[in-house]
Amino acid sequence: MKLPNVRNIDLRATLIYWMFAGIFLFFAILLYDDGFLQSNNLLNILRQTATITVMAVGMTFVISAAEIDLSIGGVAGLTSVVCALMLRDYGLIQGILGGLAIGLIVGSLNGLLVSRVGIPSFLVTLGMQGVAIGFAALITNYYPIPILNDTFNTLFGSGKIGWFPGLLVWSFTAVIIGWVTLTKTTFGRRVLATGGNRDAAEFNGINTKNVKFKVMLISSVVASIAGLLYAGRLQTGRYEWGAGDELSAIAAVILGGTSLFGGSGTIIGTFFGALLVGLINNGLILAGLPVSQQQIIRGMIIILAVALARKK
Amino acid sequence: MSSNFNVVEMLDISKSFFGVKVLDEVCFSVSSGEIHALAGENGAGKSTLMKILQGVYSMDSGEIRIAGKKVSIDTFQDARKHGIGMVFQEFSLVPELSVAQNIFLDREHKNRFGFFDEKVTISKSRMVMEELGLAIDVTAKVSTLGRAYQQLTEIAKAIAGDAKILILDEPTASLAKEEVDALFKVLKQLTLRGVSIVYISHRMDEIYQICDRITILRDGKKIAVSPLAEITPQEIIAHITGRKDVQMLSHEGKSVERSVVPIFEGIGICVGERVNNVSFKLYPGEILGLAGLMGSGRTELVRAIFGMDKKDEGIVSIEGKEVSIKSPRDAMSHGIAFIPEDRRRQGLVMEHSVKQNILSANLSSLSHLSFLNYTKINGVVQDAIINFEVRPAEANREVRLFSGGNQQKVVISKWMATNPKIVLMDEPTVGVDIGTKVEIMKLVRSIAAEGKSVILVSSELPELLGVCDRILVIRKGEIAEELDRREIRDEDHLQMIVQGIRI
Repeated sequence: MKLPNVRNIDLRATLIYWMFAGIFLFFAILLYDDGFLQSNNLLNILRQTATITVMAVGMTFVISAAEIDLSIGGVAGLTSVVCALMLRDYGLIQGILGGLAIGLIVGSLNGLLVSRVGIPSFLVTLGMQGVAIGFAALITNYYPIPILNDTFNTLFGSGKIGWFPGLLVWSFTAVIIGWVTLTKTTFGRRVLATGGNRDAAEFNGINTKNVKFKVMLISSVVASIAGLLYAGRLQTGRYEWGAGDELSAIAAVILGGTSLFGGSGTIIGTFFGALLVGLINNGLILAGLPVSQQQIIRGMIIILAVALARKK
Repeated sequence: MSSNFNVVEMLDISKSFFGVKVLDEVCFSVSSGEIHALAGENGAGKSTLMKILQGVYSMDSGEIRIAGKKVSIDTFQDARKHGIGMVFQEFSLVPELSVAQNIFLDREHKNRFGFFDEKVTISKSRMVMEELGLAIDVTAKVSTLGRAYQQLTEIAKAIAGDAKILILDEPTASLAKEEVDALFKVLKQLTLRGVSIVYISHRMDEIYQICDRITILRDGKKIAVSPLAEITPQEIIAHITGRKDVQMLSHEGKSVERSVVPIFEGIGICVGERVNNVSFKLYPGEILGLAGLMGSGRTELVRAIFGMDKKDEGIVSIEGKEVSIKSPRDAMSHGIAFIPEDRRRQGLVMEHSVKQNILSANLSSLSHLSFLNYTKINGVVQDAIINFEVRPAEANREVRLFSGGNQQKVVISKWMATNPKIVLMDEPTVGVDIGTKVEIMKLVRSIAAEGKSVILVSSELPELLGVCDRILVIRKGEIAEELDRREIRDEDHLQMIVQGIRI
C-alpha cells in the first residue's frame, strides 16, 4: 500500500508559519535600515491588515463550507456609505446599526440564493458585488461622505488603549471568536463536515442548507464590520472602500492552509495569511518599489505561496 | 452462432493486492461473435479480471492474446487500440454534448480548416445508429435521454471506435423491461457483425436469455466454463457459492418475539418508480434482511425510511405511533441510524479524522450549549475505537488512511454512539476483506442482542443467512417473498428465490 508521506502533510499544515518567518526575516535583514523592524512599522502592518483580517475570518467559514464570497469588498464599501449617511442624518447608533443592517440584508440574500435557490455562490456573490458597489455609488453620487463624529472615528479607527491601537482589538476579537467558533462549537463541526462531504454531512443529520445560509450571512456581517472599520479609519464613507478586498481575503485564507475545496479550515492560519499579505505589501513599499512593480511581485508571491500551501 | 476462433484469450492470469491473491491463474477466453457471461459473487475477481483486460490494472503473471497474438495492455489507450471497449456503469458521456458529439468525442471529424465538421459527425453517427437498428436522434443532447438510451449511446460510441470486444458490467441494473429488450436486440445485432461481448451480471434469467457461454469465478479461481445449453441454473449457483466460511454461515436460530408492538412499521411505502407499495413490520431485537438484485429498489427503500429521499406515499410508525420523517434529522430524532451503501461518498468525510467523523453524527449529545465537550468526546471516541476494534487505534488519524474494513467500523461506531433503536445498513461489507466481514457480522448480531433492531440490505446472501431472523425478497420495487430464516434451507435455495426461479 502506498502510504502518504506523513512528513509532507505536517509541512503543508505549518507552511504558512515557515513562509511568514522566512519572509519576515528576509525583509528584516534587507530593509533593516529602512526601519522595517521599528515597533511603529510593525504596528502599522497590523493596523493596515486589520480590515483584511476581519474579512478573512468570515471568509474562512465560507471556504471551509466549500463556498466562496466575492461580495465582501462591495459590502464593506456600501456599509461605509450607508453608515456615513445615517450617522450624518440620524446619529451614532443609527449609523452603526444601519451599516450592520447592510451586512444582514446582503448576507441573507446571498444565503437564500445559495442554499434555497441553489445558485452557485461564485455567481451569486459576483453579481451581488456589482449590486453593492453600484448602489453605494448611486446613493452618494460617487462623492465621499465625511464622518465628523469623533466617537465613531475613535471607536472604529484611530482609538487606542494605551499604546495599543483599537483596530487591533477588532482584528484580535474577530480572530478569537472565529477560532473558538470553528474549533470549539458544534457549528464549526457542521461547517467543516458540510464542506468536506456534503452527502455524508446530510447522512449525519446535518442541515447543510442551513449551514450554507449561515456561512454566507456571517461573511457579509463580518464584511460590514470591516466596512465600519474603513469608515472609522479613513473618516469617510466611500463606495470604493474595500474594492478588491475579497481577493486579498481569499488569498489570506488559502495561504493560511484552509483548503479551497472545503472541509478543512484554520483561523490562526488565516490570521497569519492576512499578516503575510500585509507584510509583503509593507516590505515592498518600504523597499521603494513603484506601485506597478509592487503589484507584479505581490501577485507572484501569492501564486507561489498558494501553490505550496495547496492540498493536492 | 460462434465461429471457433478465440478473439480474446487470457491465460493463467494472477494478481495480488497487498499480498492477497485476488486472481489465481485464471484462464478466460471469448470467441468471435459470442456473448460470454462472467459470473461470480462480489469479490470473486470478475472486475479485477476485466480491469486487467482494459489496462487499468497490470497483472502479476499471465498472458493476454488478442486474435491469437500476444499483446501487452498497460493503459486504457492500449486496450482501445486492440479493440476492447468498455460500457461503463457510470457513463462516460458528456451530458451537455449531443449524441453525435459524444460518439466521436476525442475522434472528432475536422474539415479542411481544422474545425469540427458537424455534418460529417452527424451523418456518421446516424450510420452507426442505423447499423445498430436504433432510432436515436443523434442531435439530441445526451442529458435529455433516458438512462437506457444513454447506455445505448455508450455502446454506439464503443462501436464507432471500432471495438471488437465489448465489456458490459451489470448493464441492466437500472433499466426497465422494454429497455432491456432493446439493449438485448442491439447486443444480438452486434454479435452478427462479429463483435464479442463479455456480459457481467448477477441475473440468471438474463444470462440464459442472451449469453452463449458462461465462465464462473470464485475466490479468484476459475471454477467452471460451459455453454449455457449444457448447465442448469442450479449448477451455476452451486459453482458461484461453493462451500462457505462455516462460522459466518451458521445461523444461531434465535427467536424473535413477534407478539409485541413492532418497533417499526411501514405501510404502503412508494418512492418514485423504484419502490412500490411496500409494507412490513420490524420487531425489537430483530435482524431483518432485504434481499434482491441490484436495482430492485432495496437502497431506495431504506433511503426513504431514513428521510434522505422523499416518500410519495406511505405511513411510517415507530413503536406504534405514526411519525413523519422528512429528513435524516427527523429519522435520527426517532432513533434511526443509517449506514449507507457508499462509505466514501456518503458515510465519511475522508479527510477528517476518526474523532471528527464520530463527532459529526453526535454533535448534540457531545456538546453543551453548542460548545463541544472534548472530555466527553475523547471518552466516546476512545470507547468506540476499543469496542469496534478500529485499527490502528489512532483517533486523530484521517480516515482515508485506514483500510476499507476499518473505515466501515468507524462508520458503524459513529452511528452506534447515537444510541439508535433501529439501525439501517446498506451493503455494509462491500469492499472489506473476509476477516472484517466476519467481524462486522458479529457486530450486527451484538447490536441486535442489545435489543436494537436492524434492517440489513445485502447482495451477499451468506451474510443475510448468517445473521437475519427474517428475509424480505424485493423484486422490481415490491416485496416478492417474506421468509422466516428457518424456511430457507441454504444459500442456493435463497439464490433461487432472489432470482425468481421456481423449484
